[in-house]
Parts: sequence; structure tokens; C-alpha cells
Amino acid sequence: MITKVLMPKLSEAMETGKVIKWLKKEGDAIKGGDVIAEIETDKANVEIEAFGGGVLRKIVISEGGQVPVGELIGVIADAADDIGAVTSAAPPPPASAPAPAAAPLPAMESYRSVPETSAVVPMAAVSPSAAPAGGRVKASPLARKVAAQSGVDLRLIQGTGPGGRIVRRDVESAAVSPRPAAAAGASPAAPARPQFVIPPRTDAEFEDRPLSSMRAIIAKLMPLSKGPVPHFYVTSEVSMDRAWALRAELNALEGQPKVSVTDMIVKACASALLKNPGVNAQLQGQSIRIFHRAHIGLAIALDEGLITAVLRDCDAKPLGQIAVEARDVAERARGGKLRAQELSGATFSISNLGMYDVEEFSAIINPPEGAILAVGSVLEKHVVEDGQLRVGRRMKMTISCDHRVMDGAMGARFLQDVKRLLEEPLRLLV
Amino acid sequence: MANQAFDVVVVGTGPGGYVAAIRCAQLGFSVAAVEDDRPGGVCLNWGCIPTKALLRNAEIVDIFHRAEEFGITVGEWRADYAQAIQRSRRVADRMAKGVEFLFRKNKITLVAGVASLKSKSVVEVKGKGGVEILEARRAIILATGSEPKSLPGVTIDETQVISSNGAVRSEARPASLIVIGAGAVGMEFADVYRAYGVEVTVLEALPRVLPVEDEEAGALIARLFTRRGVTVRTGVKVVKVTPGKGSVAVEIDAEGKRETLTAAQVLMAVGRAARTKGVGLEALGVAMDRGLVTVSPTMETSVKGIFAVGDMTGRQMLAHKAMAEGVVAAEAIAGRSPRPVDYGNVPSCTYCRPQVASIGLSEAAAKAVGREVSVGRFPFTANGKAVALGETEGFLKVVADKRTGEILGVHIVGPEATELIHEFAVGRTLEATLEEIIHTIHAHPTLSEASLEATLAALGQAIHI
Repeated sequence: MITKVLMPKLSEAMETGKVIKWLKKEGDAIKGGDVIAEIETDKANVEIEAFGGGVLRKIVISEGGQVPVGELIGVIADAADDIGAVTSAAPPPPASAPAPAAAPLPAMESYRSVPETSAVVPMAAVSPSAAPAGGRVKASPLARKVAAQSGVDLRLIQGTGPGGRIVRRDVESAAVSPRPAAAAGASPAAPARPQFVIPPRTDAEFEDRPLSSMRAIIAKLMPLSKGPVPHFYVTSEVSMDRAWALRAELNALEGQPKVSVTDMIVKACASALLKNPGVNAQLQGQSIRIFHRAHIGLAIALDEGLITAVLRDCDAKPLGQIAVEARDVAERARGGKLRAQELSGATFSISNLGMYDVEEFSAIINPPEGAILAVGSVLEKHVVEDGQLRVGRRMKMTISCDHRVMDGAMGARFLQDVKRLLEEPLRLLV
Repeated sequence: MANQAFDVVVVGTGPGGYVAAIRCAQLGFSVAAVEDDRPGGVCLNWGCIPTKALLRNAEIVDIFHRAEEFGITVGEWRADYAQAIQRSRRVADRMAKGVEFLFRKNKITLVAGVASLKSKSVVEVKGKGGVEILEARRAIILATGSEPKSLPGVTIDETQVISSNGAVRSEARPASLIVIGAGAVGMEFADVYRAYGVEVTVLEALPRVLPVEDEEAGALIARLFTRRGVTVRTGVKVVKVTPGKGSVAVEIDAEGKRETLTAAQVLMAVGRAARTKGVGLEALGVAMDRGLVTVSPTMETSVKGIFAVGDMTGRQMLAHKAMAEGVVAAEAIAGRSPRPVDYGNVPSCTYCRPQVASIGLSEAAAKAVGREVSVGRFPFTANGKAVALGETEGFLKVVADKRTGEILGVHIVGPEATELIHEFAVGRTLEATLEEIIHTIHAHPTLSEASLEATLAALGQAIHI
């Protein structure tokens, strides 16, 4: 059997992909499910799995090569198969003649879909963690559905059914209790003050760096937002005294995940979005789509740009779980190991530059979303309360809204609710 | 007075006890099983098996009545009730002998007599030949079962006021019968007696027959029984039962109105009570709750080393539930970690015609626990095999969770309903959803196609209706 390895389409915006690394050599035996290559997409580096077994007969696109989505990048076949027809029809990029048997959904051919969570993206990205080596996750059909609906990753769950099979109760308990292993992981507590060194002057007057594909896509997409999307901005200051104290108290609990200010903001926004669905909305041609789930995109800064990782169903998840998942995606984003379904589908985004001592800023909406919240640092300030001067913690946040979808008052009401949730932070725990 | 030691002593050899005994023997234990009646318990001797034999007779009688429908002319024929009972006894005897054979095969010592616990490891058995003392080195498994309940102030004399125990033995058939209680036992006997020409009245205090079943199932059965000439009265309370000369008077309260009905016999079918007295449980401090023995998920009582299975532990008083518990107890004693019995996934079966079977939650119960449900129904009138059999009464109803497709409950009234239910029993055990059922090819023509179609209907995709 001949299996064509094609460049997978990993997101809506993806047009081309780059082979970063082949993890198998020509002539290597391949089992279905083996990770065979790393692909750089517009958003992230993703490992891809072989769909069919056999021998990696030919690497068509070598490392560093960039091809459009759907192009042949390699061929897996039995040792005896004649692969001439497949490879000759697909000259190195850019391909002009279509492969003879090119399927209408080319990516389907080589990449199995992530069975338990997503029908959106036909590929399998491999998490570096608990995935059983090469095997499928043993889970009941019902467990798969509940996991898909609650955004639980089956690969991170220990099954308690017969033979270690994941059954519904495992998913349900995972959905409410954070994973202890991840919780125990390194938590980026207040970082030590970084070294401050100005690099020495170089000989060259300037240098041209090629756009990374991530930077290229940012360069392409952002004008598509700021240009056509009429932004307006609403800023509010929040008293963070009680949230700060609650966070310290939560983080003193043993065996509980460490909660960051961002996690609390995510939870507050998720709740406020349910209360203000008009903000959890996007323009869809002639209609406005109102979401009843809060899938929150978290902007994560990377060396080469930034990426928005999506935390699904934040409205239905407890704060502790959001904390664990946010940390998990941030770590994996830095390692280029995000899964495709974590890159799209946000209904609202948050960008927190608080760690950079930023008092306030405004963010650019990430289309097709209707709004984004820009969060500054929690700063100690002198505040006047009841005619008394004292020191309090204050944080400024600015929402950027798509004026085609909503108006100033809506944004303001939403912001008011977020402020109230953060100022009465026990509400985040109920 | 003999004194013998075994690894495990099982008290009672009904479905809970004999299965526990066999599983213990398979796991390498030496086992004694104590029985004060015949091996096999109520199920094999006086319950499940003999009544199924009688119901088969009733079915054949009905087929004779319907012979013309199949173009068959039958000359003179006669259905002899005494012979139906005799056949039923032969069937029961054969099954009970089967248990004795299984005991021999598994080298289980059958001890005849009445058992009582002297300590947490000593069982005294009073038999015909005297008293035997059995010492249990590892554990005692109690499986003493249950017996028919009566109403307060009503004595079951087994002549005029009978229980199922009397009914399966009696070769005489009354001219008229009042069945008190429209549960599975009541409806099955009503079916048998009606087929043999008895004037049958069924009384039920709750608003419908087969009250544990889905509302639609009970409603259909009431209608079909009524059509067959059975008087079905629901929502009536029995106030008094007075046996007299040649007839029994039953005073009822029907929505405040007093009435007296009479019949040659009354069958008490108001449920069963656990047999826990005289076993010595109280002295050992075995925890009880409202007459039922309290057990852990591995069937251990509050006294370590004493296990209890079957009807005496309550929940569903069903043979198959008792067998499942017997296996759990045996494996727990052997130090394995058995999966506890899933009481939410025990099939419920009534073998009247048409049969009624269900598993999981009724539609009303599913809604009551807050599930948003989608319901699919398929009538057997649209099922080719059922039409060919001439058994088109009934339906198959699937209740599923709207969001996940989880199969919350399945309710069947119709031909072989009690066999059809197992597709969904397996499905639920494996946590299959509606999709897995519809992706399973069902052979044509079969009654099982109704399972597929009702499942499709729950998704709004039924083909044949």
C-alpha cells in the first residue's frame, strides 16, 4: 500500500508549510502513528504522524523546504511497491502537475484526525506528554464525546475502566479536578529581575532577517484587522487588592495549582462574557454570531512573534483547571508543541502585558473575534477611599471592540462586570 | 454431630448462592453450600423458570386460538391446566438437577438443612439427620433470598389467598382470580390464568401497571390485557381481604369509593420481603436497614468475613442481579478487585405477552434528574420480522442524552423484548452512544432492526417509519 505524505492544512489561514525536520530517514520502517516529521506552520511547529505503515521510501521535500498545503512531501510504501508514478507526478515545489490520485481533501490521506476532540482539522499533532507510544487512546465512545464537549484532553487522563480504558467518570473527574502532574510543574512565580546588559556594537550597519512564517502571517493579518475593523477602546481601572489576597491564599494551599492574575482575568472574562453575550460575538457576513461558550484566546509572547492559544469552555471550567491548562498551553506554545485545535476557535482574546510593567495599552482585535482585552500591570498606587489616603493595588484594562458588532456601552458594561468579578473575587470560585 | 471446615460456606443456593459457590470453587476454595429447600432457590424451583414454562403454555394456547389467522384449521383441542403445571414442574426439576450437577462438577459439598450463624466463622445446620457444624476459614456468603409479601392483616393460606409459591404448584385452576399487584409477577400470572380461561381482575395501588417501567410501556400493557379480557384497575387500594366459603371478598377503595369484589381465589403479588430472620444476623451485629442487609460494593456486610448477596440485600430483587453479586463476592474473597455491580445497568424483564424489558432510566426519570433527552420510538408494526411472525404489538423506545448521545434508557414492549434488551445492555456497559448503535449493521429481517430504527429515530433519521 502506498501512502502519500502531504503537507497538512493545520488552520484556516494556513496556505503553506515548511518541513523543519524529518524524524525518519528514507528506508526507515514506519508504523501507523509514528511521528515522522516536524512541520512549521504559520502559527506553530507541529509534529505529524504517519497514517499508513510501511517504509519511508522517499522524502520529496527536504528539511527547510516550503510547499503549499496539500503538496506531496514524502511517500510511505511497502518495500516492493513501485512508487514511481506517485513521485514523478509530484515534482519538487512549486508543483504544477497535480498528483494523479490527488484526493479532494488531500490532507486526509496521510494524517488521521484527532479522534477525540476535533472534526475541524484533519491531522494529528502529538503532545509530548502522556500519549501512549504510537497507540490509540483507549476510551469509550461516550468518554470521547464528553471529553470533546468539555475540552478535556484524553491523552492526559488515566483510565479506570476495564484494561485501563477511559470511561465517562474519568473524563468528568478530570474536567473538575486539575491534573496533579501538571499542577506540580514549574510555575512561573515572580521571576527574578532579569539581567540588564546592552549588547556591544556590531560591525554591520544593519541586517535583513527573513520573515519567520509566524511573523509573516502576523504581518499579513494585522492590517486586515486594524484596517477594515473599526476599533473602539474602553479603559477601566480595577482594584486588585482582594484578588491579590485571594490569589496568595489559593497559592498557599498545598497540592493546588498555582493561580496567576491572568488565570483570574480569564475566569472573570468568561463569566462576564456569558452575562454580556453581545461582546462574545463576531460579524458573519449578514449576521452577528453570538457565542454561548467562552473560548478564550490567550496571547502568548514568543521569541519570534506571538501566538494565541485557545482555552475552551472557560465559562464551564473552575479556576484551578483554567490555571493548569493556561500553564500547559503556554509551556507547549514556547516549545512549538501546540495542537492544531488549540490555535483557532477563540470567541474572545486576552493580551496581558502586565509582566512588562505596562500601565495600560490597547490591543488589535484578532479577527474574526469581536473584542480583545488588553491588561496592564497590577501596580501599587496611592488611592483615596472614604477620604483616607492609602496604598492599594490597581490594574488597568482596555477592551478593543469591533464597532460593527457592538457599541461603547456594551463594552463598558462588560468591563464593569469583569471589574466587579475581580473586585469580589470569591465570585470566581463559585 | 459432624464438624467440618471449608474455605467458604454459602448459605442458600438460589441464583446468588449457587453462582457464588461455583465461582468460589473455580477460584480454588473448598466450598459448602447449605440449602433448606431444593438447590436452585426460588428462581429455579418456584419463580423464574417454572413461570416461564407456564407462559410458554399460555402462548401456545393463544396460538391455537389464532390458528385460523395462519390458515390452519384445528379440530377439537383442549388445554389442560394440570398438565401445564406438570410440565412446568418437570422443567423446574430439570433445572434444579442442573444445579446439583454443577455442584458435583465443582466439588461443592451440598448440606441440607436450616443454617444459622453461631459466630462470624461458624455455621450451624439443622438437618433431618441432626446438627452439623460448618466452619468457614475464609468467609461466609449469605444468600437467603426473599419470600412473597402480603398486605397487613392478610394471611396467605395458599388455598384461597395464594402467593406465587402456591400458584406454581397448584394444578387446580380457579374460575375467577383477583391479582393484587400489577408488577412483573402479577402480570405474568394474570397472563397465564387468562389464557386458560380464568376471569382475571388485576388491582394496582399505583396509577399504572408495571409501575417500575416507563409510562408508555405500562399504558400499552394495560390496554392489551384489557383487550384480552383482563379487568385492570389501577389507583385502587385494597382495604380488606376476607376468605369465605368458596370465594374471597376483596374490599377496595377506588378514589374514595368503597367496593367489594369477589373471586374464587386471590393471588398476592405485592412484592417480596428479604429473608433475614432466624439466620443469627442480629446476634452478630450485622448492620441492617429496613429489613435488608447493608453491604459494601464488594458485597461484604458490616461484619468482616461475612458477605451477603441477592434479594436479602435489596435493590432489584432479580436473579441476574443476585448472580452478578455472587461473582463479585467470590472474587472479593479471593482478593481480586472485582468491578462492583452496576445497579443502574440491570435489565428489567417481564415475560407476559407481549414481553416488557427495559434498562436504565425511563423518559420521566431521565428528565427528573435534569437530563435533556431525545427520544426515539419504533413500533413493531413497521418491523418486517414482527409482521411475518404476526407479533406486531409493542414498540421499542430509546431515551438518549441530547448532547452526548448517551443511551440513558431503553424500553421495549413486544416480541422477544427480553432478548432484544441486551444489545443496549452491552452498549451501555461499553458506554456506546447512539452513533455506535447506528453504525452497527443489524441483520434483516430481524426484530433487532427495531433497535436500530428507534436509535435512528432518536437522531431524527429513522428510515422505516
